[in-house]
Amino acid sequence: MSEHASTTTADNHSHGDGEHHGFSHPMPVWQLLAVFFALIFLTILTVYQATFDLGNFELVLSLFIATIKASLVILFFMHMIHDKPLNAIFFLSSFIFVALFLGFTLMDAHAYKDDIELKEIDSPRKVAVDVAEPVQ
Amino acid sequence: MSHDDAHGGHGDHDHLPFLAHHFDDPEQQFDSGKLGMWLFLVTEVLFFSGMFCAYALYRSLHPEVWTFASQFLNATLGAFNTGVLLFSSLSMAWGVRCAQLRQRTGLVISLAITLGCASMFLGVKAIEYTHKWELGLLPAGAYESQFLPGAHHAGLSSWLYVLSAVPALCVIGFGIWYGLAMVKKDKQTSEIAGPLLVTALCYFLGVFIGVAFESAEAGEHGGDHSVAAHATDDHSGDAHEDDGHTTDGGDDHDAATDEGHSDSGDHSSDEPDGEHSEDQASHGAPPGKLVSTEGDGPVVPGAPREAEIDQAGGAGLFFSIYYCMTGVHAIHILGGMVVLTWLLVRATKDHFNEEYFGPVDYVGLYWHLVDLIWIYLFPLLYLIT
Repeated sequence: MSEHASTTTADNHSHGDGEHHGFSHPMPVWQLLAVFFALIFLTILTVYQATFDLGNFELVLSLFIATIKASLVILFFMHMIHDKPLNAIFFLSSFIFVALFLGFTLMDAHAYKDDIELKEIDSPRKVAVDVAEPVQ
Repeated sequence: MSHDDAHGGHGDHDHLPFLAHHFDDPEQQFDSGKLGMWLFLVTEVLFFSGMFCAYALYRSLHPEVWTFASQFLNATLGAFNTGVLLFSSLSMAWGVRCAQLRQRTGLVISLAITLGCASMFLGVKAIEYTHKWELGLLPAGAYESQFLPGAHHAGLSSWLYVLSAVPALCVIGFGIWYGLAMVKKDKQTSEIAGPLLVTALCYFLGVFIGVAFESAEAGEHGGDHSVAAHATDDHSGDAHEDDGHTTDGGDDHDAATDEGHSDSGDHSSDEPDGEHSEDQASHGAPPGKLVSTEGDGPVVPGAPREAEIDQAGGAGLFFSIYYCMTGVHAIHILGGMVVLTWLLVRATKDHFNEEYFGPVDYVGLYWHLVDLIWIYLFPLLYLIT
């Protein structure tokens, strides 16, 4: 076990020296600050936008702003811009399933009537009750 | 975690103490962990999507309930909390950078700021929650109508003291710990206890900010204590009628309650009482304990209509969804604080460097996801007009 470990570290060392910061991508400070201030600006924008009565468009607009904010967070704060494509595919695929989940549920929700309409039928049971009552 | 393995394979492993034996090199270890973390975040997204689904379903079926109930959320506090979370995300991302550049002090400071922001967020949330509990803005079943007369909520809720007990104990505990570390001149311990003490204090900072915002908004509206009175600002035509109601609103209302419900305290049922609600509506919204301190957004025109929505019981379901979504989000914040504390301890031990910064990065991913969910929650819950 220890032999194996020592050989792997030796290997790593010999080839790792050339690319010392090989797999880390420290974000420049200006980028972090720029993203932060963009997010704050968009937050102020979305609060300001809510003071107008835009009807149904309001929901679309606030979700659009939220999605821009989310994209900034994912791309820069979560480093997806430097990440492996596989990770991005995994993560973004979750939103496909969320869309399916919400989409089908909402489609289904509006496929029904508000109230149950009871249908008047002359069922044998009803007749039986009518007959039974006078006896009692 | 990797420490156990690392201790097993010591010797040559000394310069890479956290490389688990089953990985070829630190990069492979990092990539594996990162893939795992992204997968975990996928499950988190899907988990929250259940609640977003409930939200979308109910809002699409009853948009008017959302417009009515959302006015009780304080958008100023929500916006402030959004800023706090965004700032904590910035400090977290900066912390990852510090870990990658082997800046030990920078990492400790970043983690301390992140923890402090998380705690402040919870402090503001505590104010929001307790204020609503006091007003009877509770989940379906416990929701109390806002158009019934009731004790006016003034001052701090007693629930706030209950919620603040744990942070208060933390302040005392971390304070003593920090004091002892300073006396013993134990630098490493004081670097853990100090940030934790600041974190616990930040909860109370959040509480004070929350109280300040709440009372500032209450002051802005002056003597207006009801939505009916508040509505007069926007609809001057109704002003005289509503003024009349504010004075004899109590009597007016008693008549209504005698017919329907025994008193306001018993009105915890969310069953729609059709007869009563129409009755209530025809009375023209008796001003009860509906306070305009929450949210200065435009009040929906037509108070009678509001009373109808209120009485129909749907608002309780809005608050069920509100408490569920924000509550689960707050639990995620608490969980994040636990792992951030773990990172803080490891950061003071100087565990992280350009070859081994995985844990900071993974916790950062989780923390940004929690921020991401709030980015959607804030406009969806607080900013409905």
